[in-house]
Amino acid sequence: MVALHGVGRDFDVSKPWLTRLIEAAPRQLLQAVDNLSLEIRRGETAGLVGESGCGKSTVARLIVGLYTPSRGYIEFDGNRQTPRAGAWSAEVRRRMQMIFQDPYASLNPRWRVADIVAEPIRAQGWAIHRQDLRARVAELLTQVGLAPRDGEKYPHEFSGGQRQRISIARALSSAPEFLICDEPTSALDVSVQAQILNLMQELQDRLGLTYLFISHNLAVVSQMATRVGVMYLGRLVELAGTQTLFSRPQHPYTRMLLDAIPDLEMSGRPRTPVAGEVANPLDPPSGCAFHPRCPHANPRCRVERPELKGWRDGTLVACHAVEEGRIGAD
Amino acid sequence: MPAPLLEVKHLRVEFPTRRGTLVAVDDVSFHIEPGEVLGVVGESGAGKSLTGLAIIGLLEPPGRIGAGEVLLEGARIDNLPPEAMRRLRGRRIGAIFQDPLTSLNPLYTIGRQITETILAHLPVSRNEARDRAVALLAEVGISAAERRLNHYPHQFSGGMRQRVVIALALCAEPRLIIADEPTTALDVSTQAQIIALLKRLSQRHGAAVMLITHDMGVIAETAQRVAVMYAGRIAEIGPVRSIIHAPSHPYTAGLMRSIPRIAHTGVGRDSAQLAQIDGAMPRIDAIPPGCAFHPRCPQRFERCDRERPALLATGDRLAACWLYASDAGR
Repeated sequence: MVALHGVGRDFDVSKPWLTRLIEAAPRQLLQAVDNLSLEIRRGETAGLVGESGCGKSTVARLIVGLYTPSRGYIEFDGNRQTPRAGAWSAEVRRRMQMIFQDPYASLNPRWRVADIVAEPIRAQGWAIHRQDLRARVAELLTQVGLAPRDGEKYPHEFSGGQRQRISIARALSSAPEFLICDEPTSALDVSVQAQILNLMQELQDRLGLTYLFISHNLAVVSQMATRVGVMYLGRLVELAGTQTLFSRPQHPYTRMLLDAIPDLEMSGRPRTPVAGEVANPLDPPSGCAFHPRCPHANPRCRVERPELKGWRDGTLVACHAVEEGRIGAD
Repeated sequence: MPAPLLEVKHLRVEFPTRRGTLVAVDDVSFHIEPGEVLGVVGESGAGKSLTGLAIIGLLEPPGRIGAGEVLLEGARIDNLPPEAMRRLRGRRIGAIFQDPLTSLNPLYTIGRQITETILAHLPVSRNEARDRAVALLAEVGISAAERRLNHYPHQFSGGMRQRVVIALALCAEPRLIIADEPTTALDVSTQAQIIALLKRLSQRHGAAVMLITHDMGVIAETAQRVAVMYAGRIAEIGPVRSIIHAPSHPYTAGLMRSIPRIAHTGVGRDSAQLAQIDGAMPRIDAIPPGCAFHPRCPQRFERCDRERPALLATGDRLAACWLYASDAGR
């Protein structure tokens, strides 16, 4: 349904033009996303995980068209988004919607909830009768577990979880097929998070939605996704079915992330302590970007950047050590 | 048995308003032994941070301690004059807050901030203070500490800043450390490093740590005992391991079930839905009578909406729930 082909996005973080002229400094580009290829099939939930600054939110914004790609192209059901193309057509925009992380910042505080939810319908320019619009909004609010009369209220009258329900109702109002959820529950408490995740799964089953689910929380992604991509410094390092990724992680970074999650079972399983920090994306390490933190790095990793390679079970991994069999699947 | 290092007895934090007094922390009692880490867990609005602020005397007016006592090494500290309390903070109680950037002064080098703090609390010379600062930075895992002293906070990454804040809190070798969400702003891999550091330091210095967090995983990794807070009250308090594996209070049980976990079988959409606690925590101006959790509780009976349960002993812990009343009013 959605496919990214070698998509890259650079940001110009150079100093102002005059300063550059005086200091004779070159332009400086930040590669937020580089050579990313990903396919999302109809009806599935693709997960994307990584730590802050790995480019996962940039991917979300590229897909909805808030950014245009610097390289490569994005396909949505036959429509293409290339570096030179303008925005997605109105029809494509209707069919994909986004849910943001912060339910406090993503709702206009001066609008009534009913107007917030109805906005995508109005923006589509659908000639729709007032009564029908009201009925549709009521239906949407009921669908996300709110009462139709909540439409008269303002966002500040709702808690974080309820606001996220409003965001979901708004996203659903244009009857989309594809929802991009960028950390939809990160600002919520766990018991509320469970409510929202369950709601999202119910809606997916009922409406046949396709999700791209982005989160830094591996446990949440494991709950929601059917396939998971792991990103590190703008690149995909591993892509696998959820079950495979969490039971047999291949890439050393994926293993490290899994080991870093606090052990709630208190099983005392042996874990490798985490070393180092994410490198500066302005000055990424040569070769494999993960090599300075990797316990399996060798000279080849320092100079040659590994490409994503297919594995027996359909897993894609970008790692020399895995490819050469230096680290076994455990 | 030696006296506990920190003892909190029937603490009540209240906010007088025009429409009456709001009680944010209600009848909270607990103690922490030297060298022990007590986790305080709860969702936003549970009163966990206010409890911490009340102990270190940093409640923002009009918030005030309405009743109860706070004893540090057997002596009351909740009624000290502000000046004496100020000397106590930093010297005998260290504090670590969530956002390391707001805990550090952006205009001073971290070396200056650490040495000033040491000089303010300990009778040492400037040179001794500087040597101590270097030793402290090395202890919290900052490499090239000597050189890093001359750097400003913005030159550190998030994880490194939190290490600096921890070093600051440890300057005068406090007996009690209050850490309020110390890892919430950090990525998982950094979080794992900070947790390991906190654990090591509390063991080495024999300080008591009150670790406030919303993340049960962090508690499982770090604390020996945990207090679960709900609507300003302690719902359950006892050993971490047994509470995580077999919670007594229905709220703790619901909370534990709503945490997404990475199971090695049946992940993704094959997994069962998360258990959810319906509803939300009451606002502090609308705390229900009786047990504050009763409107959401699946096991409630008549007594719960009439009488407020005290902490009742059950097994190795205390739980504020009528299910454990010996006179069984059911």
